[in-house]
Amino acid sequence: MNGFFELLQDPNVRSILLGCMLLGLSSGVLGSFAYLRKQSLMGDALSHAALPGICIAFMLTGVKSVGIFLIGAALAGLIATFGIGWITRHSKIKQDAALGIVLSVFFGFGIVLLTRIQHSGSGNQSGLDKFLFGQAAALNRDDVRVMAVVSAILIAVCILLFKEFKLLSFDPGFARGMGMPVGLLDQLMMLLLVVAVVVGIQAVGVVLMSALLITPAVSARYWTERLGVMTALSGLFGALSGLAGTWISTAGGNLPTGPLSVLAATVWFLLSVLFAPGRGAAAKLLLRRSARRELASAQTRAVIAASPASSGAQTMGKGEQQA
Amino acid sequence: MNEFWIILTGILAAASCGAVGCFLVLRKMAMIGDAISHSVLPGIVIAFLISGSRDSLPMLLGASVLGLVTVFLIQLFHQQGVQSDASIGVVFTALFSAGVVLVSLYTRQIDLDLDCVLYGEIAYAAWDTLTVGGVDIGPKSVWALGIALILNLTLIGIFYKQFKLCAFDPALAAALGIPVALFHYMLMGLVSVTTVASFESVGAILVVGMLVVPAATAYLLTERLGLMILYSMGIGSLSAVLGYIAASLLDASIAGAMISVAGLLFILAFLFSPLQGYVWKKLRQRSKAVQPV
Repeated sequence: MNGFFELLQDPNVRSILLGCMLLGLSSGVLGSFAYLRKQSLMGDALSHAALPGICIAFMLTGVKSVGIFLIGAALAGLIATFGIGWITRHSKIKQDAALGIVLSVFFGFGIVLLTRIQHSGSGNQSGLDKFLFGQAAALNRDDVRVMAVVSAILIAVCILLFKEFKLLSFDPGFARGMGMPVGLLDQLMMLLLVVAVVVGIQAVGVVLMSALLITPAVSARYWTERLGVMTALSGLFGALSGLAGTWISTAGGNLPTGPLSVLAATVWFLLSVLFAPGRGAAAKLLLRRSARRELASAQTRAVIAASPASSGAQTMGKGEQQA
Repeated sequence: MNEFWIILTGILAAASCGAVGCFLVLRKMAMIGDAISHSVLPGIVIAFLISGSRDSLPMLLGASVLGLVTVFLIQLFHQQGVQSDASIGVVFTALFSAGVVLVSLYTRQIDLDLDCVLYGEIAYAAWDTLTVGGVDIGPKSVWALGIALILNLTLIGIFYKQFKLCAFDPALAAALGIPVALFHYMLMGLVSVTTVASFESVGAILVVGMLVVPAATAYLLTERLGLMILYSMGIGSLSAVLGYIAASLLDASIAGAMISVAGLLFILAFLFSPLQGYVWKKLRQRSKAVQPV
């Protein structure tokens, strides 16, 4: 633990740590809504779809600036969500295939643009590459400042609109009946997701961004039945995974932070699946065993009460227990 | 000659992906293709570390095993009460990160280009040739993909009825005594093998495009499964050829161009398909709105 605090003296490590934790926090909070709305893989599609947006932004402006990339990626992400909605609404293609189509076509088109940029020689390709795979180690204080502001806005919106989002997640039909602007809220939630993804891509890359949206939320679902608690827990789990990832990465040589954070989140997910009270596998097993024992003893008692021959009753009870 | 090999590789990859992709689209498991294509990464790395060579066979084995493990884990967590899409997301991202960590752990000892695994480089496929008894018999990837295609077509051909029933009505299939789980895993095995064989040509991330996009396009064009598979293979091959031409005109990534062309074909089918086309639907609605009174 001492080593960890020594590491914290390093301003670089501090900004990486802060960035990863903020990222985990905000994507955990948003992810819990996405999970309840069965849109977990939306983050995956959005993060892939951001690539052509980033490339076009670079081609148009010729500058490698995070702000411009973010705008391009956010626009591409919004077009992707509209595309997915449009395909599922106007054809017999289901949501999963629509996600797959949008994800791969956007990404393929992005790769075409990326290779165009590389071959034309105008761009320093490494910058764009890093944007794809993400490089937490390259986070500097300005990036972290941007991330802090964005995370704060995301979480603030979630807190302000908590009641609306809650209703939208559990019963959109009722929300519509109450006169809520469901379509608008739906788009707003997508926009929040796009923003979170776009900010996160820079640190952990396209593929792993979706993990930060999904895994902490699923883990949190195991520990509680209340949405407020779940959202908070999910944010906490996300932040802790960011912390663990950064710690292992800075302590143990040359390992990339993003994948380590995801693995940390996954370990926590496995622990939750196995040992969470109430919903975990171990708890379920215990419950089932105690229920079976109770049932068997109740049956035995009933049989004993019904028949005077207690020895025969016990064997019958055993027989039923086996059945 | 190189051009010929590259185009042939593309067509073979598109055709074998197109055939199994139809079943993924019909069974609403398109994203499982995405998951498998990502999560085979640790399998490839482990096979590479154990065998120490970049031979296709150990990689194929390692990746296929990982593909099946992925499907098994997704099923397991789903049974534990995790929503199916979230379960897919958790499993493949975890395996993918494990793969990336493995690559960076052993990056000095092995010569495995992450970019190449992920994006594929079909242009190099033509040079990596296979020699048997001193005779050059063509690029390795063509052989791998050819075998994958034959395997796909043979198994789908033999068990066509079973696959069809499992795709449309698994409950009825189970009631008729068809081992649904076996066919589920067989299909997933085929998807893993196809994914891995397509690696060198289209790369991990774009395999999902080849699996889903032509199949979805074909789905819009017909209502018969047999025709759908044929259309899907044909559309995939067409996008491979057109994609290659586009890529050489634009001097850009071949795999990316193939998927982009497939996307364009999908948009065309979406708008103008005789059965389902968006434009025809709108026109019909308008004419109906005008006619009555």
